[in-house]
Amino acid sequence: LLSGWGRTAPTRATVIALPQARQARAMLDQADGRGIVARGLGRSYGDAAQNSGGVVALTTGMRAVGAFDAETGLVTVEAGISIEELTRLTLPAGWFVPVTAGTRWITVGGAIASDIHGKNHHRDGGFAAHVTSLELETPAGERLTLTPSGSPDAFRATAGGMGLTGIIVEATVQLIRVETGWMRVDTERARDLDELLDRLDREDDDYRYSVAWVDLLAGGARLGRSVIARGDHASLAEMPAGAARLPPGAPGPRLAAPRRVPATLLNRYSVAAFNELWYRRAPRLERGKAQPLESFFYPLDGVRGWNRLYGPGGFVQYQLVVPLGEEELLRRIVARLHEADAPACLAVLKRLGSGRGLLSFPLTGWTLAVDFPARSPDIGRLLDDADELVAEAGGRVYLAKDARLRPELLEAMYPELPRWREVRAGLDPEHRMWSDLARRLGL
Amino acid sequence: VKDALGSVQSLLVLGGGSEIGLATARALVRGRTRTVILAARRPAELSQAAAALLEAGARSVERVEFHATDLQGHEALVNGIFDRDEDIDVVLVAFGVLGDPDGDWADADAARSLIETNFAGAVSVILPIVARLRRQGHGTLVVLSSVAAERPRRSNFVYGASKAGLDAFAQGLGDALTGTGVDVMVVRPGFVRTKMTAGRTAAPFATTPEAVADAIVDGLRRGAHTVWIPPALRWVMSAVRHLPRPLFRRLDV
Repeated sequence: LLSGWGRTAPTRATVIALPQARQARAMLDQADGRGIVARGLGRSYGDAAQNSGGVVALTTGMRAVGAFDAETGLVTVEAGISIEELTRLTLPAGWFVPVTAGTRWITVGGAIASDIHGKNHHRDGGFAAHVTSLELETPAGERLTLTPSGSPDAFRATAGGMGLTGIIVEATVQLIRVETGWMRVDTERARDLDELLDRLDREDDDYRYSVAWVDLLAGGARLGRSVIARGDHASLAEMPAGAARLPPGAPGPRLAAPRRVPATLLNRYSVAAFNELWYRRAPRLERGKAQPLESFFYPLDGVRGWNRLYGPGGFVQYQLVVPLGEEELLRRIVARLHEADAPACLAVLKRLGSGRGLLSFPLTGWTLAVDFPARSPDIGRLLDDADELVAEAGGRVYLAKDARLRPELLEAMYPELPRWREVRAGLDPEHRMWSDLARRLGL
Repeated sequence: VKDALGSVQSLLVLGGGSEIGLATARALVRGRTRTVILAARRPAELSQAAAALLEAGARSVERVEFHATDLQGHEALVNGIFDRDEDIDVVLVAFGVLGDPDGDWADADAARSLIETNFAGAVSVILPIVARLRRQGHGTLVVLSSVAAERPRRSNFVYGASKAGLDAFAQGLGDALTGTGVDVMVVRPGFVRTKMTAGRTAAPFATTPEAVADAIVDGLRRGAHTVWIPPALRWVMSAVRHLPRPLFRRLDV
């Protein structure tokens, strides 16, 4: 049985390893009515990389590095390579991925298919904005080389297209120059939502990376209290003399979640205590602290299998974006999520810039991501209500995280959906690409 | 497809004319369910019920003729229903007869007919359904059992036997389907006030079709494998089941 990172709604599919790009052709040709979809490291939270009754092509064996130019920072890799492996290869030469998610255990193919964003989206855009070309094996029968200018339609349908235009087998990515493997980080607390939004609004452009962790269990005057972490790659000159250019690096996770966790481990009280601790132990204000890259970008990678902490019922991550100017709405949603009788672990709030693909999530505005145990009783209605507000404001929820959106809202949230469907019909005329996400939402 | 919170998009009810079946359809349509297929003995009589479901938000309500005792026809019927573009997320097996309350339990024809409908008919139609659910890689089969399956009462033990058979079959089936993506949920209501039970004295812990429907929706949300309605019956029946025979015989049940 396959499920997403949230461990909800498992379904059965025939999983076939796809170790070499050239085997993708045959797999597409053999797909029947239940179709096929590519799956990498399974970090989509919902059902994007599941295909009940059909074929799931596992790409994690397909991870050869074609070319890496240490002068220009252009790297060509097969789509199954992880950000972790790619970084290990390029960081010693002074190059880092242009965009990274909150985990390094994702594949390049998945990063393109979800057009992932990072803490630098307000400055640098999403992952697909840094892909100079990609190879797509299409169900229509050809292998296409897509570039943003040479084939804008197919490129924009594939970037953020949730893997439904074909199998991405290779990509060329423009990396960014970094002098060290360290970050220079400013950390501070915001007492409430007003202060948080105000600071992010005024100061975010001074930082390449910016993110805030919001304690959704704090209410009243403390509603929206948060810890803001912002920074940039540290240059050599900024490092103390004698410090190693690359941090020692934590090769593996130091902790692992137990295999079996009672459903009640994360409850309102334990989570409130954790949030309190997180807030209290953050410095009120700290400037220029040197932090290894991994601990800045990937704090959760330190706990292997943290998704098991929610118990056997799993969890949903709700991520929304609302346009700039909708701060009042954001406040209402934060207040509503706070009132929910569900243990909302730390939420993540940040600013986004505009998106690249036809179905890319980002739009210029505020994004909020929060985890809820899937079995909390009223969560369905709560999130449905939030969806309505988000859609009305011209916002949307993130398909790579979604596991429960009401399908009727999809077109309102993704106005370019009809255009995407047209382009998809050209790339996949017989509709061989299928996922549970596609079935559930009628993509 | 079922979502992360247990909402389902499409429903097939066998016994689509039953009050519990229709109440469950209404309850699910209040959520995300947009496609309903009602398979019933007399589908023509369900036009009002179908219209009400459409009114309540369903996008498509289909009616199909289905006879529990037409064992030979079941497989073709099921395949006909499943051969469509959309998956079927939940199949509710809600048909059944109670038997004549004043009839003689020694009447062999009556007993055979009851067993044929409630047990043989159910098993016969469930197996092809399960085959199709396995092919689509997901789905939940909801089987309406009864507390009577837990300990048969002398006043309707043939009915109890038929439900006990079905209950045992459904439990075993659920275990056998582990890992296939297909789940089985056994529903054991107490006395339900419906047209089937009209005129009978309600037993303690009597309930309504709406309460059964809500419990089914909640069970789907939780991914439950057994649901008692009302929930207290789980403990009551556990006690009843362990009552010594001499004591049980003295009860007027």
